[in-house]
This record gives sequence, structure tokens and C-alpha cells, in this order.
Amino acid sequence: MIGLPFVYAVGGAIFLAYAAMSATDATKPKRWGNAAFYALLATSFWFGDLLGDSGNGLLVLGLVLVAGLKQMGRGARATTSADERREEAARRGNRLFLPALIIPAVALVGTLAFKRLPEWFDVKQVTLVALTMGVLLALAACLAWLRDRPLVPLAEGTRLMDSVGWAAVLPQMLASLGAVFALAGVGEVVGGLAEGVIPDGSRFGAVAFYALGMAGFTMIMGNAFAAFPVMFAGVGMPVLVGIWSGDPVRVAAIGMLAGFCGTLMTPMAANFNLVPAALLELKDQNAVIKAQVPTAIPLLIANVLLIYFLAFP
Amino acid sequence: MWVLLGIAVIVAGFVLRFNPLLVVAASALVTGLAAGLDPLEVLAAFGKAFNDARYVSVAFIVLPVIGLLERHGLQERARTAIAALKGATVGRLLIGYLFLRQATSALGLTSIAGAAQTVRPLVAPMAEAAAEKQGAPPGEDKVPALAAATDNVGLFFGEDIFVAIGSILLMVGVLQGFGIEAEPLQLALWAIPTAICAFAIHAVRLWLFDRRLAKMAPPAKGDGA
Repeated sequence: MIGLPFVYAVGGAIFLAYAAMSATDATKPKRWGNAAFYALLATSFWFGDLLGDSGNGLLVLGLVLVAGLKQMGRGARATTSADERREEAARRGNRLFLPALIIPAVALVGTLAFKRLPEWFDVKQVTLVALTMGVLLALAACLAWLRDRPLVPLAEGTRLMDSVGWAAVLPQMLASLGAVFALAGVGEVVGGLAEGVIPDGSRFGAVAFYALGMAGFTMIMGNAFAAFPVMFAGVGMPVLVGIWSGDPVRVAAIGMLAGFCGTLMTPMAANFNLVPAALLELKDQNAVIKAQVPTAIPLLIANVLLIYFLAFP
Repeated sequence: MWVLLGIAVIVAGFVLRFNPLLVVAASALVTGLAAGLDPLEVLAAFGKAFNDARYVSVAFIVLPVIGLLERHGLQERARTAIAALKGATVGRLLIGYLFLRQATSALGLTSIAGAAQTVRPLVAPMAEAAAEKQGAPPGEDKVPALAAATDNVGLFFGEDIFVAIGSILLMVGVLQGFGIEAEPLQLALWAIPTAICAFAIHAVRLWLFDRRLAKMAPPAKGDGA
């Protein structure tokens, strides 16, 4: 059955290629740092399930050391010039879009089709499997059409990967921090604090504390998934449902989305906010956050009002 | 109370601009120690969670394809295509993309677009080309940042309408812990009001952005609207 192991096998191979391309790039001042970082990620993809919990912990420490000691930089391997690209874009025309569209098209068709083949595919992971197949197909189509040597896409991929750098693993790191928080009982402590802070007899105060707390905690943890169990157990359940007889499903559903407003406003949500800024080569690494705050704040207020008016039937 | 020190470490580390990976690792260690765990237990818990969350980093496998196409002029072609399109504006383009992204995410197709797959190679260069046509100065962060922001807004407030997404499953699990049996479909249904608000708020901002560009620069030739 094709599932995550297939996805991780391809992922590991590509990260290993990033490592090899980094190690052999003489123009890269910090090439060994980059090579080590990508090699550790390749190891995680390929052998993560065999390493054991402590082994994976050591692997993470290795990633933290490379990034923390500032051992990562960007390569300067030659690519095409702006003029060459303009000339080729004019010559190849709109056909250039086709290989780029193979990836979303295969992801879309695969997601819908693979679900009907449960004996062949892991139904829960069809989108990631289809995405991976889309990448492989697009890569094959590009190589056949553009006639580059197979190393060229790997070098170009490494160039883009270098612009993301250590930020690539921050989301995975934060997810792991959430697990440690759960183990340490941070949720219970925050919940205890909340009950002392909300003014007595104010349903609106309780709703606002819940929604704003969800967004605020999401900004610190970089992820609404980490904030939700804490705020729902601490405030949503005991106060909004317990005291004010709110509908637990509506309190939960809209509360989670209040958390998503926090995701739009924090650099800790690296994969949504810092990685795009790096990929787009923006001068200000917080430019994406700045573009989102004017949407996030009114939407957070809208969520407070939605909980207030909809969650107490 | 001491377990909250981990949160203080994150905030302080961020303010002092330490490397975020280092800050997260330090926060985990401090939180664990404060809760009476020994450092090896913290290391193991951290490692297990890191291994379980690998799927988060799978998106980076698309970079070789995108990089290769860029080498052959993909971004330049995207710019030319939009520049040739009459009536294309940043606002109209991004509102269209926002709608598509929200609609596909609501169907569970969250990975078919994204910063690496679509924004860098297609949406951002197209938005920049449209902005330049409208008279915006080239080379600024604003327009590509708005393209990335539109992708995020569409993804976040579309995906929760889909029943089999991680956040819905997490809520089902947490509610179960309180003895409440919730159908994923119910939770997805109550994501719709926020999704509508998100579309309205962000679309209005994009429309206002067009108006601001129109005020800044004289209208392009042949643009009757």
C-alpha cells in the first residue's frame, strides 16, 4: 500500500540531493553547515522510525546546533541570467506553465481517484502521495522537454532551499514543543490563571478572553493546534460551556478559527509567514505578516462577535 | 506556575533575536525541567514528536521543479501573460486566487497550491506585472507579500470547512476528552460564517489596494473601467 513511507522515501532522497549539492558547491561559504543540515533532514525522512525517540531527539539537537551556531548560508552556483530567461520565456511561450500545472493537477486528480482505491493507497494520506507523484511526473516531463542534465533541477532546488534555510524546520520544532508543553501540564496552569482574570458576570468578557487568548497563544506557539487544547480546556469548556451554556461544537469550531487569526500575525508560524518571504526574496522578512495584520485584526473581531451571537443558542 | 517559564523563554528569545530553533529547544528544556522531568525524558518526547510531524516538511520536494522552470523563464512568462491581459489588476487577480484557494481548500485540496508551488512561480510575478501596469513602482515587497498573504488567508479559512483536515480531527479528539461526541461535519459547518467574513474582509482590502493604485497613477491606456 502506498502511503507516507513512499512520501518520506522521496523526501529523503531530495534532501540528500540538497546535501550533496551543498557539499560540492565551492562558491558556498558555509557549505558544510548546509550539507550537514540537509543530511540530518534526509536521515530523519529515511530512518526516523528506526532511530527511536532519543535518537530523533539527538538528531534535532544536531539541527539546532548547525542553525544556532549560524553555520548556514546561501550558495552562489551559476544559474541563467535575467536576459536569458526573458529570451527563453518569449521563445517557449505559455507552454512553460504546463509542467508547473502538472503538480496541482496530479494532486487534485490523485486525491479524488486514490480514495477509491483503498487497497492500493493509504486513504488518509492520498493528498501527500498524489503531491509527491505530481512532483516526480513534473520533473520527468521537464527533463524530457527542456533537456537539462538531471543534476540541474537539483542544483536549482538547492538554490531555493538555501533561501529558506533553517526556517524550514521551525514548524516541526514548534509541534514538538507543543508535545513537551502537554507533558508538562502547561494547559492546566493557563486555564487556572484564566478563571481568575475574566470579570464575573460578563459573557462578552469571557468570549473575548477566549478568542483573544486563542489568538495570543497561537502567536507565541506559532500554531493554533498547540493553542486550542490549552484555551478550550482552560476557558472554552469551563466558562463558555460550563457557566454560560454555550454550544461546545460552535465554541470549539469558531475558537479554532480565532486561533488561525493569530497564525497570520506571528513570525513563529514560519512556514506560512517567514518561508514565503524567503522564497519570494523579500527585503523585509516580516513583509508577509505586515500584509496580513489588516485582515487578521478585523477577522479576529468578527470571530469574537460570531462566538458571542452564534454559540449561545 | 513554573512551567510557564517556557513561554517566557520564547518571548525573551524572540525579543533578543536569538535563532528561533535554539529558542524553541531552550523553551522545551526549561518547561520540562520545571515540570520535574529529567533532560533525557524531554529529549525523547521532543524527538518522538519531531518524527511524527515530518509530513510538515514534505512541501520542500517541489523546489527542484520550480527552480528548473524558473531557470527557463517561468516567472518572466507569467509576467508577460498578465501584462497582455486587458483589465487585469492586482486586486482582481488576487481576489480570483483567494476564491480558488478557499474553494479548493474547502474540498480538502490544501496541498495543490502554496508559497512554493504557486505563489513564487506564478501568482506573485503575475501580481507584480499587474501592479506595474497600474503604475506601482517595481521591486517593492508590498505586492508579492500581498500575494503570499492571500494564499494564507485562502488556505486557513477554507480548509476548516473540509471535514478530514487536521484541525477538525484535533477538535473532535479534544471534545471527546470532555465526553462530547461531535461529528466532523458539524464542526466544519460552523467554520462557514468565519470563511465568509475572511473572504469579505480580504477581498475588500484587495479592492481598496486597486483604488489606491488608481489614485497614485494615471489610468493605463485603453483601460475604460
